[in-house]
Amino acid sequence: MKKLSLWSVLCVAMIAWSSSAFSDTIKVGVLHSLSGTMAISETTLKDTVLMMVEEQNKAGGLLGKQLEAVVVDPASDWPLFAEKMRELVEVHKVDVIFGCWTSVSRKSVLPVVEELNGLLFYPVQYEGEESSKNVFYTGASPNQQAIPAVDYLMDGGVERWVLAGTDYVYPRTTNKILESYLKLKGVDEKDIMINYTPFSHSDWQTIVSDIKQFGSAGKKTAVVSTINGDANVPFYKELGNQGLSAEDIPVVAFSVGEEELSGIDTAPLVGHLAAWNYFQSAESEENDSFIEAWQAFIGNEDRVTNDPMEATYIGFKMWAEAVSKAGTTEVDKVRPAMYGLEVPNLTGGTAVMNTNHHLSKPVLIGEIQDDGQFEIVWSTDGEVKGDAWTDYLPESAVIVSDWADPAINCGNFNTETKKCSGQNY
Amino acid sequence: MSTSFADAIDEGNTVLSFPELVASLTTKKFDEKAVIIKKIQESEHPQSLIILSKLLDGKIYYKKDDKTVVIADITKKTASIINASTGEPLGQTTKKKLKKVGINNKLRRALNSSIAQLSLNNEDPKIRKSAVVEMFKNMDDEMSSILQKQLGVEKNKHVIKTLETAISINQLKSSVHDDKLQAIESLSNSLYPEVRVALNQLEKNLSTSPQTSQTLTLIETTQNSLKKIESRVGIYKQIENIFFGISLGSVLLLIAVGLAITFGVMGVINMAHGEMLMLGAYTTYIIQLLLPNHIEYSILISIPTAFIFTGLVGIGIERGVIRFLYGRPLETLLATFGISLILQQAVRTLISPQNRAVSTPEWMSGSLDINPALSLTYNRLYIIIFALLVLAGLMLLLNKSKFGLQVRAVTQNRSMAKAMGIKTDWVDAFTFGLGSGIAGIAGVALSQLTNVGPNLGQAYIIDSFMVVVFGGVGNLWGTLFGAMTLGIANKFLEPSMGAVLAKIIVLVFIILFIQKRPRGMFALKGRSADN
Repeated sequence: MKKLSLWSVLCVAMIAWSSSAFSDTIKVGVLHSLSGTMAISETTLKDTVLMMVEEQNKAGGLLGKQLEAVVVDPASDWPLFAEKMRELVEVHKVDVIFGCWTSVSRKSVLPVVEELNGLLFYPVQYEGEESSKNVFYTGASPNQQAIPAVDYLMDGGVERWVLAGTDYVYPRTTNKILESYLKLKGVDEKDIMINYTPFSHSDWQTIVSDIKQFGSAGKKTAVVSTINGDANVPFYKELGNQGLSAEDIPVVAFSVGEEELSGIDTAPLVGHLAAWNYFQSAESEENDSFIEAWQAFIGNEDRVTNDPMEATYIGFKMWAEAVSKAGTTEVDKVRPAMYGLEVPNLTGGTAVMNTNHHLSKPVLIGEIQDDGQFEIVWSTDGEVKGDAWTDYLPESAVIVSDWADPAINCGNFNTETKKCSGQNY
Repeated sequence: MSTSFADAIDEGNTVLSFPELVASLTTKKFDEKAVIIKKIQESEHPQSLIILSKLLDGKIYYKKDDKTVVIADITKKTASIINASTGEPLGQTTKKKLKKVGINNKLRRALNSSIAQLSLNNEDPKIRKSAVVEMFKNMDDEMSSILQKQLGVEKNKHVIKTLETAISINQLKSSVHDDKLQAIESLSNSLYPEVRVALNQLEKNLSTSPQTSQTLTLIETTQNSLKKIESRVGIYKQIENIFFGISLGSVLLLIAVGLAITFGVMGVINMAHGEMLMLGAYTTYIIQLLLPNHIEYSILISIPTAFIFTGLVGIGIERGVIRFLYGRPLETLLATFGISLILQQAVRTLISPQNRAVSTPEWMSGSLDINPALSLTYNRLYIIIFALLVLAGLMLLLNKSKFGLQVRAVTQNRSMAKAMGIKTDWVDAFTFGLGSGIAGIAGVALSQLTNVGPNLGQAYIIDSFMVVVFGGVGNLWGTLFGAMTLGIANKFLEPSMGAVLAKIIVLVFIILFIQKRPRGMFALKGRSADN
């Protein structure tokens, strides 16, 4: 029986292959770095898209056609992202692109994807302040990650705040939002310490010692970390060595997930926090089967899943559904079909695509365990709607994004001047 | 069980037997667990301390079938389990059949304070002392009287001092003027942050209360005590800063000393130096993978292994590529840069693009507490010592051995050395191998500080060139002083300017310095300088 089904799959694949010769497939572009510094995070997402494509093909494809993944490697080189995007759309004629990780890579492809009227799904949590007609943001915006995390800590009695981040656009914007949010909540300027470090900073002695001193003022202190990538390991190691435990000064991180923890000895990190929309430890049937499928696809029982993977999963499912609803892969028809679509997320609820191109998702807080997984200690009651423009910066509070309302129909409508600011994104 | 426990709390009927208490740990609610922890502590059962500390370590599980709470020691997929409430061994089971009793930070705090109270009579004075320090945070009259009693039986003078501090902290709240004054004065010698917090709080309270002559003296004494403490803390902060500087300097020294050989002595612009560091770090990872039960010694085994392995890779690179490019610096630069990219991608393909976890042996984690205001982390201490040992060993080798003599002869005058019968080809290969091997050793040390991943080398290559050029090409003393100067300068700039600006300022300083003294701090003199 098994052999038979294997044969049938093979036959289907053969037919798919032969038909692809006549370009009768739907092409899915994958724009993730497979080499260079970002390969560490992005290769996983490439594999996720490949898995989703394979599953969709097994289920009969889309619109009676097979899907075909076109993988390119932008090699962690930001300008190359724009070139590869152009190649995907103009040369390979892909119908949709899943890709990018860093904000700078997304900013680099924006002009291209808008000029060529492509369709990009961006699966990573980011700083917000953007809503492009041609991009769907399936990762968290600040109000779906940073703000709820701060609320959680505040409920736990935290009064003094260290905002530590790597020196680039995402931490700077997030910290600006958080700082004005904290002040709005009555936190004194003296009780906020902001610190930036260069990329892959490895000598954290002074900073950790400063945090220790800042935290010994008698008020409960927490660190909100937007420290990126590789710099996290030495940071947590130094915390452990200088004896700062999570009970004294918890660190809540926005860029540390299961994947990053799999490269760390987690024993000294136990109890530190992370805020995401998904944890591998979430208990739901969808999640169990997703993890099982992923580990089978990759052929490794120890491989973990993480939040950007869920965002990719939701994005792919939504796109597939929108395509079947629209009956075509034409971007101008698929885009309106996306609005209001509901797809089960992996944590047991439903994700909804809003007309500002951001998702409604639940927010979870997890504590790091010694096996590299998170114990979910808190979650929002329901789904939180992603906000493209934050409410906590005066210049952004008046801006809304709505691509469905004919009266607005742009990504940056100023409710005071009643105008779109002119640029496309 | 958990429902009956909740009922028991509701009805105020809190008399539960010890096994019942332990069994109720299976509840999912953190609030209930907090109550149970308190009760387990108060029961003073012989198993209490074990259960609470195992719970803190995350070793308490319950069996999914009959909900027995057990202490489990898990290795891979199997687990040996012990009944938590009786201490009786229950044999082996599989990990899948167990479910962990989860805790959160609030519970960890509660556990720490409960464990501290149970450890006041521990045999080890260090544990007794840290138990008392744990109490500082929530001192009240009840706790104070317990500690008073403890003071009567305590023999160890360090513990006695800590006990007195704890009692004094509580005494600050006393309504008797003289008691208060005495407490303030006695606390002026203590460096614990909790003492400063308590004194600051007292000062705030006093300044808002009616200004009688008594409160005025109190305020003055408090301020004097605080001033005294602050000035001492300030001094220790400076010492700590110097330590940070030296430790950053020793990391710079370690990563640069290999380059000081390949670039400094041989003159090869070796862009693949960072990847030698990376290979050394990966050697540690592989050794730990091969010897999972000997993490404690893995570092010691890794050092010679990494030296030999990266040394061989270095010799391979020299024989295969660099020897054809001597005297063509630009091409050497490009070729070695290419090698560095190849090595990085090779690691990505063969091992994984993900970072790998390298564990830190017990003896290298934690810190040496000199006093409450100054503690030095062990891993940094060891790395300082290690860096100096490596430098000393290298100097001995170059200055006292035959091989060192040959190396110096070849770099100073190649054709003359050849005429004297030295096999210059092989000296070149071994010198390059030596430099690479030392980079490999440095990689072992780095694996204890930072990520082990394909990008490890990239983060350090610029720094190592900076140190060698600044210190003076071709001089190991220069490398030592260059590394230490940069490390300490960086750490003294960092607190006031932030890490980003400090780095920029150091770079600008080096550029200006090189303008003035193009050959670095310790320039070679005499004929050899002309090459």
